[in-house]
Amino acid sequence: MAFYVVQFLTGLASAASLFLMASGLSIIFGVTRIVNFAHGAFYMIGAYVAFTLTERFSGALGFWGGIVAAALVVALLGVLVEMVLLRRIYHSPELFQLLATFGLTLMVQDLVVLIWGPDDLVGRRAPGFKGAVDFFGQAIPSYDLFLIVLSPVVLGILYLLFQRTRWGILVRAATQDRDMVAALGVNQKWLFTSVFAVGVFLAALGGALQIPRDAVHHAMDLRIIVEVFVVVVIGGLGSIIGAFVAAVLVSELNAFGILIFPKISIILVFLVMAVVLIVRPWGLFGKPEAPARRSPGLTVNPWRPLTSGERLASLAALAIAALLPFFVGNYALSVGSEIAIFVIFAVSLHFLMSVGGLASFGHAAYFGLGAYGVAFLAKMAGLPMIVSLSLGPLLGCLGAAVFGFFCVQLSGVYFAMLTLAFAQIVWSIAFQWVAVTGGDNGILGVWPDKWAASPSSFYWLSLGIAALAVVILRIIVFSPFGYALRATRDSMLRSEAIGINAKRMQWTAFVIAGTVAGVAGALFAFLKGSVFPDNMGIPLSVDALVMVLLGGVETVSGAVIGAIVFKAANIWLVSQTDWSKLVLGAFIVLIVVAFPKGIVGTLEALISRRKSASAKPLVTRIETAE
Amino acid sequence: MSTPETLLSVEGLSKSYGGVHAVRNVSFSLKAGEILALIGPNGAGKSTCFDMLNGQNLPDSGRIHLLGRDTVGEKPRAIWRLGVGRTFQITATFPTMTVRENVQVALVSHQRQLFNFFASTPKFARDEAGQLLDLVGMGGYAERPCGELAYGDLKRLELAVALANEPKLLLMDEPTAGMAPRERIDLMRLTARIAREKSIGVLFTEHDMDVVFEHADRILVLNRGSLIAEGSPEQVRANPQVRAVYLGEGLVYDARHRDGAHA
Repeated sequence: MAFYVVQFLTGLASAASLFLMASGLSIIFGVTRIVNFAHGAFYMIGAYVAFTLTERFSGALGFWGGIVAAALVVALLGVLVEMVLLRRIYHSPELFQLLATFGLTLMVQDLVVLIWGPDDLVGRRAPGFKGAVDFFGQAIPSYDLFLIVLSPVVLGILYLLFQRTRWGILVRAATQDRDMVAALGVNQKWLFTSVFAVGVFLAALGGALQIPRDAVHHAMDLRIIVEVFVVVVIGGLGSIIGAFVAAVLVSELNAFGILIFPKISIILVFLVMAVVLIVRPWGLFGKPEAPARRSPGLTVNPWRPLTSGERLASLAALAIAALLPFFVGNYALSVGSEIAIFVIFAVSLHFLMSVGGLASFGHAAYFGLGAYGVAFLAKMAGLPMIVSLSLGPLLGCLGAAVFGFFCVQLSGVYFAMLTLAFAQIVWSIAFQWVAVTGGDNGILGVWPDKWAASPSSFYWLSLGIAALAVVILRIIVFSPFGYALRATRDSMLRSEAIGINAKRMQWTAFVIAGTVAGVAGALFAFLKGSVFPDNMGIPLSVDALVMVLLGGVETVSGAVIGAIVFKAANIWLVSQTDWSKLVLGAFIVLIVVAFPKGIVGTLEALISRRKSASAKPLVTRIETAE
Repeated sequence: MSTPETLLSVEGLSKSYGGVHAVRNVSFSLKAGEILALIGPNGAGKSTCFDMLNGQNLPDSGRIHLLGRDTVGEKPRAIWRLGVGRTFQITATFPTMTVRENVQVALVSHQRQLFNFFASTPKFARDEAGQLLDLVGMGGYAERPCGELAYGDLKRLELAVALANEPKLLLMDEPTAGMAPRERIDLMRLTARIAREKSIGVLFTEHDMDVVFEHADRILVLNRGSLIAEGSPEQVRANPQVRAVYLGEGLVYDARHRDGAHA
């Protein structure tokens, strides 16, 4: 019994950081409508800065002074980020905001390694809370007890701040209707900045308070941000009480999940989240959001099927690509195969995003499932390559069918967060369920059969399947299904009013995209001869998003170009620099701010401008919120 | 000639929001080929009424019979399948498609081809889409991107989309809101002509009284959620209660003038 009580208390203590993070995220979202992906990064910087302050400057500040000072320093950094970056993208589509803040996260991951080095840093114990309390023979660290008390105290302070101060009233007003607040003469710029600072302060405090419990390391941001997303999805984005309740719930589920499913404890959290989403899609304490502004919305040029000339040009490009094995060596061919595979992956996500308007932040899950599907069939069941290659993607299809069902119940940022959370869950299962997946060691020796073993034949295989995938998805884009799907993206109200069941269309699109991603993953497993949990990791999901963005969200097949350029640049970059994340992150931020239409989108805009300049003045206008 | 069938009958429809009775015990019916206007001052409950008919909102009590079926609790898409076309106060169209494609999507849905993955939509039911666009006078705009249309043209496009499922009943929420006076009259004449030709029943809400009195066969007047008058345009025009609602009871005006007389 005592054991369970201790387990319960440990869970409560873990809830403290989660709550600080989630409440900060909620406050920022409530006012600015930005889901701050970089929240995990601020949490991590908070921990690093606190480490330095408590180690080096503990004389001046003392331990507790160091913790608070760290949070303040990071909050100032947050102000800087808000003023320099976020102010430029408040009116961008959600996807771009998520991506820009993710770009920041990537940069920070490399920056902390540059500044503090790659090793785990173990901080000192909090003075006054060094010991443990004995509870019926079980030891509870007294610092845990401190954290357990801290959460309700912070909740109380936040409550007073929002109910009793002028600033709090403005924040609550802006959460309800920020246009009205602006109309009443409130300086929105500073309101937004101050809200962001408070949210970042809470995140950094959460990170700083972790140092007596856990080592500081440069991957702690992604781990926590996923849990925080789960917390706000369960609790309801924008609700601080929801953040508190859900943080406790998730922490307890984690604490007891280990006892029930020791291998895959995260399953329990997933099940609870699924139930909450079915019963209350907006979270336990959340309110239904007004329909989000149209997510892509940068151009109004209708899509057209390729003209016969363009078809010929595409065929010629394909033919040239097919001739490559006669001119280049084996390494270049394996790079070529990889690029072809990522073309498949990118077009599958592009289909979901640009036609369905569903920006998935966890698309790698289905890529990875396809890869594991192949590995299971080829390695464990010993099936021939052609059979595993055909059946393996079905695992991606199955995963997309299950997770997609829940995801399409939501839209906008909730959708993005949920897809990310599901992807992380799939990743955790692959990572933790060592008996089946081999865990971190992956599954090795997934080699192609003899007919496809040579680099050139594997390249042709990949190229052929990529071409097929692009053609099939294009046909679907212009099919009645594709139009009806796009109709749900363009206007939910109108599509419902002409008899279209939007959820069913979106779910189908999700399954199609997941299956195609599974095909890419299946090929990838054979290319590399192995499968690892990283094949479904968040970085891979984001790579896909960047490929789509780079090509142009608003185009029909921009993702093909985006994937080729991105993958080639990426492979080159990794060979040139150790700080590829820093460069990539900066690159993402740059595209979002300066180049939101992507390569193909920009070219199309140029061409249509030239055409219209010669014919008739074309009214181009930017679709804004309705 | 046989009596036209009753398309819509509403009995005792009520809805309240936290103590505010938005709609109170409203009953009426609509026959095929009839044009029925629902008018009333702001906040009278017109839109709430409309949303309940269309399935976007659930009534607290009352019955709605659309085309012979009880439709309370049905989703808008199910109501559309029964043969009800709908236009919105603020147009809802698909801005990334051409004008023709907007209509083609509606035709795809009407012909139950939503899960057809192979056909080419730009070639789908092209003639039918063209006929619908000609009907509303938009034939010349078929290839234009919908996102760059003027507002009046969007309203006409919406009408074409609403006609795509060969509806027996059109629900139009402020069909001429936001349009220039000239366009308003044209659009309503067009609607009335189509409705009479095809014997479609039309229920519309409207603030422009010229439009209402020119075209409505019958007028319902709502005030504070209750139906206060019903009848032909002449009857409604002569109704003292309606005048009171629209022109005010004169209490403040008269009082001020009396005060003015004393001063």
